[in-house]
Amino acid sequence: MSRIAVTVNGVRQERDVEPRTLLVHFLREDLGLVGTNVGCDTSSCGACTVFVNGESVKSCTMLAVQADGTEVTTIEGLAPAGQMHPMQEAFQQYHALQCGFCTPGMVMAAVGLLNEIPSPTEEEVREGLEGNLCRCTGYHNIVKAVLAAAGK
Amino acid sequence: MATTTPKPLIGEPIPRKEDPELLTGRGRYTEDISLPGMLWAHVVRSPYAHATIRGVDTSKAAAMAGCLAAWSGADLAGDWAGPLVCAWPITDDIKMSTHWPVAQDKVRHVGDAVAVVIAESRALAKDAAELVEVDYDPLPAVTDVKAALADGAPLVHDDWGTNLSCVWSCENNSPAPRNSPSAPFFDDPDLVKVKGEYFLARLIPNAMEPRAGLVDYNPAQGEFTLYSTTQIPHVLRTTMVLTCGIPEAKLRVVAPDVGGGFGSKLDSYAEEAILLAAAKRMARPVKWVSERTDDYVSTIQGREMYQEIELAATRDGVVKAVRVRLLANMGAYYQLVSPGIPMLGAWLYCGPYDMEGYDLEYWNVFTHTTPTDAYRGAGRPEATYAIERAMDTLAFELEMDPVELRRKNFITKDKFPNHTIVSGLTVDSGDYHQTLDECLRILDYDAVRADQQKRRESGSTKVTGVGFSTWLEMCGLAPSRVLAALKYVAGGWDAATIEMMPTGTVRCLIGVSPHGQGHVTTFSQMVADHLGVGYDDVEVLHGDTQVVPLGMDTYGSRSLAVGGVAAWHACEKVIAKARTVVAHQLECAEEDLDFAGGTFTVKGTDKTMGIKEAAFAAWSAHNIPDGMEPGLAGTHLYDPPNFSWPNGAHACVVEVDTETGEVEILRYVAADDCGVVINPLVVDGQIHGGVAQGIAETLYEEAIWDESGNLLTGNMVSYLVPSAAELPQFELGRCVTPSPTNPMGVKGIGEGGTIAAPAAVGNAVVDALSHLGVRNVGRPFTPERVMTAIWEAQR
Repeated sequence: MSRIAVTVNGVRQERDVEPRTLLVHFLREDLGLVGTNVGCDTSSCGACTVFVNGESVKSCTMLAVQADGTEVTTIEGLAPAGQMHPMQEAFQQYHALQCGFCTPGMVMAAVGLLNEIPSPTEEEVREGLEGNLCRCTGYHNIVKAVLAAAGK
Repeated sequence: MATTTPKPLIGEPIPRKEDPELLTGRGRYTEDISLPGMLWAHVVRSPYAHATIRGVDTSKAAAMAGCLAAWSGADLAGDWAGPLVCAWPITDDIKMSTHWPVAQDKVRHVGDAVAVVIAESRALAKDAAELVEVDYDPLPAVTDVKAALADGAPLVHDDWGTNLSCVWSCENNSPAPRNSPSAPFFDDPDLVKVKGEYFLARLIPNAMEPRAGLVDYNPAQGEFTLYSTTQIPHVLRTTMVLTCGIPEAKLRVVAPDVGGGFGSKLDSYAEEAILLAAAKRMARPVKWVSERTDDYVSTIQGREMYQEIELAATRDGVVKAVRVRLLANMGAYYQLVSPGIPMLGAWLYCGPYDMEGYDLEYWNVFTHTTPTDAYRGAGRPEATYAIERAMDTLAFELEMDPVELRRKNFITKDKFPNHTIVSGLTVDSGDYHQTLDECLRILDYDAVRADQQKRRESGSTKVTGVGFSTWLEMCGLAPSRVLAALKYVAGGWDAATIEMMPTGTVRCLIGVSPHGQGHVTTFSQMVADHLGVGYDDVEVLHGDTQVVPLGMDTYGSRSLAVGGVAAWHACEKVIAKARTVVAHQLECAEEDLDFAGGTFTVKGTDKTMGIKEAAFAAWSAHNIPDGMEPGLAGTHLYDPPNFSWPNGAHACVVEVDTETGEVEILRYVAADDCGVVINPLVVDGQIHGGVAQGIAETLYEEAIWDESGNLLTGNMVSYLVPSAAELPQFELGRCVTPSPTNPMGVKGIGEGGTIAAPAAVGNAVVDALSHLGVRNVGRPFTPERVMTAIWEAQR
C-alpha cells in the first residue's frame, strides 16, 4: 500500500492505495465519486476524463499514486452542488446527451477544450473531442452545445 | 372520449428532466451501486472458439487469500432450472441450442464462460481468475456461414449433425400471405432483371456503458434483487425465473440509469443468472462489471448476413417483383430473440414500393462466434440496404435517375389508410412523395448533380456522389396474437398507470424502460397536457419491477407507439373517473361536464371543479358516489392493432478520393415521418444518433474473426467506433402523417436513422464511382475496399 494525498474537488483526501490502483478507481471506489465513468479498458472512450492540475486527463491512464500531490476536479466538482457550469447548461439546452454515460467525460473534455481554444471553429471542436466517444447523439448536438458555450 | 384540451406541451422542444443529474455526475448506473458486504464476481472465459473441456481445476484460485469461491460449469450445473432462454423458436423444426450460463462440456466461442470466481474486491477476483486452470482439447472452428454449411464443417452443436438451424420463408412460414409468388416475373423474358449480392459485416453494438450486474439476496425471505444494465427488467424477471428456478414474486429486477443499449441489453445473459446463483450460494451481495474487452466477446453482436436480392422490372421502370435469399450468422448459441432477427426485415425487402411478386427465404446458421441478436434496427437495416442498393442498380441498368425510379414505384398516399403491401402486411399510413420532396428541397439536388458533373469533367481525383434511401419500417411489434402467429413467445402490449395523488401531483408508471430515450420528459409532456396539470406535476417512474409491476420494456422503437398509447388510455380512465366524482359533487349529469385544461365545467354555467380537486375528493372519499372505489388512478394495458410504420427519405453526399479510397461525408439530409411528434429535440436526437450508427456500420465498423475464431477487432482500438471528427452535421426535415392506428397519431423513431443511413451512404459512394465502372463496394466501405472496387472495375 502507498500513502497518497490528493486534493479532489477542493477537499484534501489522504488514503492508502494499492500501487496498481487506477486514478479512476480511486475516485470511484475509495472516494465514492461515481460520476466519472469507465467505458473501455484501452483509453479509447474518454468517459473517465477529469482535470488533474487543470488539464483534462483520462483517469484510466493514470495510477492513483501518480496523482499524489495534485489537484483533481471531477464532474461532481465542476459547479457547486445544485448548480450547473455553463457547459453543462449548454449540454441540456441543446440536448447533447441521451443515456448520459459518456457525458461527464465529454463535458470535462469540452471544458478543457475551451480552456485551450476559447473560440473554436466547428472543425476544432470535432477534432478536439476526438478522444471522447458517444454512441447516442451522433455528436451533432454535442458540437452545437460546445460552440454555444464558447459564445458562438 | 377524447378531450379538446389545447396541447401546449406536445410538440414543444422542452429540455429534458433527466439531464441535470446525468450532467452533474449524479446519475446512478449499475456499477455505481454498492452494498454492504458486497463481493465481486469474475467470469473466466474460453480463449478457444471450439474445445472440449477435459477438466477445470479451481483449487488454486479457491485457496488464494481474498477469494471466497471458485466454480466450474459442472459445479454450477445443479443451480439451473433450465438453460438461458430463447423466446423465438421461429419454425416447428428449428434446431435450438442448449445454452448453459457456464459451459459444462464444450466451449463454442471465444468468450464462452467456463468458470466463476468470487472474491472480496474487483482486483482480487481478477487475480483469482488467473489461477483457474482449464484443460482444453482444442477442436477445429468455423466462423463463416458459408463455410459452416459446407460438408464436413466442424459442428457447433454435435447432436444436430448440421450447423443449419432452420429455414424460414414467406411462402411457408409467414402468417400474412404474400400477394403472389415472384417466379412468373423472373421467368418473363420481357422484364429486366438485376441482382445484388451483399455481405453485411458483423457489428459490435458498443453501448458506452459496458454490461454490469449486482444481486442482493435475502436468505431469510428467499428474495432476490437483481440490478442490471438491462433494457428489459420485466422480461428479464421472467427469463431469469425460468433459468434459476426462483419464484417470480421473489425476484425484483431494477434497471437503474442504463448507459445505452441499442439491443445489446435486450437479452437474458449468462452473467445475470450467474450472479443470482452466486448471491444465493454466498448469502451476500455479488457484483460483476464487464471490462470492454470482455464485453466484446460476451455481449450479443449484430448483422452479419449474406444477401442475394433480385428485382424484375419493366423497361420503363415499373418494379414487378423481388426475390431474396439470406444467410444469417447466429453465432454459437441462440440468445433471447436471435432466430427472429432476419424476420423483422422479412416483409420489407419491397421497400415503400408497390409490386406484384414477392419471395424471401432466410437460413439461420450456427458458427463458433459470439451470438448475434437484436442490434438497432434488427433486420430492417439489412432489408433497407438490400432493396435500396438494388433500386440504384436497377436505375443504372435502365439509365434512369434513382429519384425518378423511386417516385415511379412509391405506394401513393391515396392507398392509405391501411394498404396491404406485396409481402402481405398492412401499412397504416405515409406519404412517400412528400418525404422525398422535403429531402430534395433541403438537398438542392440539381446543384449537387451539377457539382458532381463539374468535378468529373475537371478530372479531379476528388469525386462526389449522392445516394438516396427511401425507407419504410415496421416497429412497435404487435398485436400479441400476430406475434403468436410468428411463434414469438411474449406479447406485444405494454402498460401504464396514472395515479393522481391527494395534492394533485401525478405519478406516471410506465412499463417501458428507457436507457437514453428521454421517456421521463416525453411522458411528462403527454400526461400533463392530457390531464391539464403542470409539466412539473408529473413524476414518471420506470425500470423497477417492484415500482412498476407491469411492462414489456424498451426495444424495437415501441416505447411511445405502445407504452405512450397505454399512458394515453390510462389518462382517459382517470378523466372518466374524475368526471363521475365531479358530476356527483356538482350534482349534474356527467354528459353536462366539459373538460379542458384540467378543469370540468358544467355546460352553460360558471360552475367548475378542477381535476386536482377531484383527486383530493376521490382520495378523501368523503363524498363520492355509492359503491365507487376511492382514489383516482387508472391502469391500461395496450395491445396495438397493428405495427407502427415510420418512413422517410434520406440523402447522403460523399466525396471519394480515387487515389486513396477515402470517403468523406459532405452532407447528410434526413426527412422523416414518425407521425405526431411529442418532443422534437428528443426525436431529432434519435435520428442523429441512429444515422450516426448507420454511417458507422457502412464506412467503419466490422468485427473480424480469424480462422480459429479469435476476434481480431477485440477492443476499441481495433474496432472503429467513429468520433465527432468522422461524422458530419445532419440536416433534418420532417413530415407528419399521423398514424390512424392509435389515438395519438404517433409512430416509433428509435431505429429509423440506422435503418435508412447505410443505403444512403452506400448508394452515394457507388454513385461517386459509377463513371469509373464501379457497381458495388463491399461493406464497410474502407479505403482498401474502395480502391479494390476501382481497380477491379478498371481491369
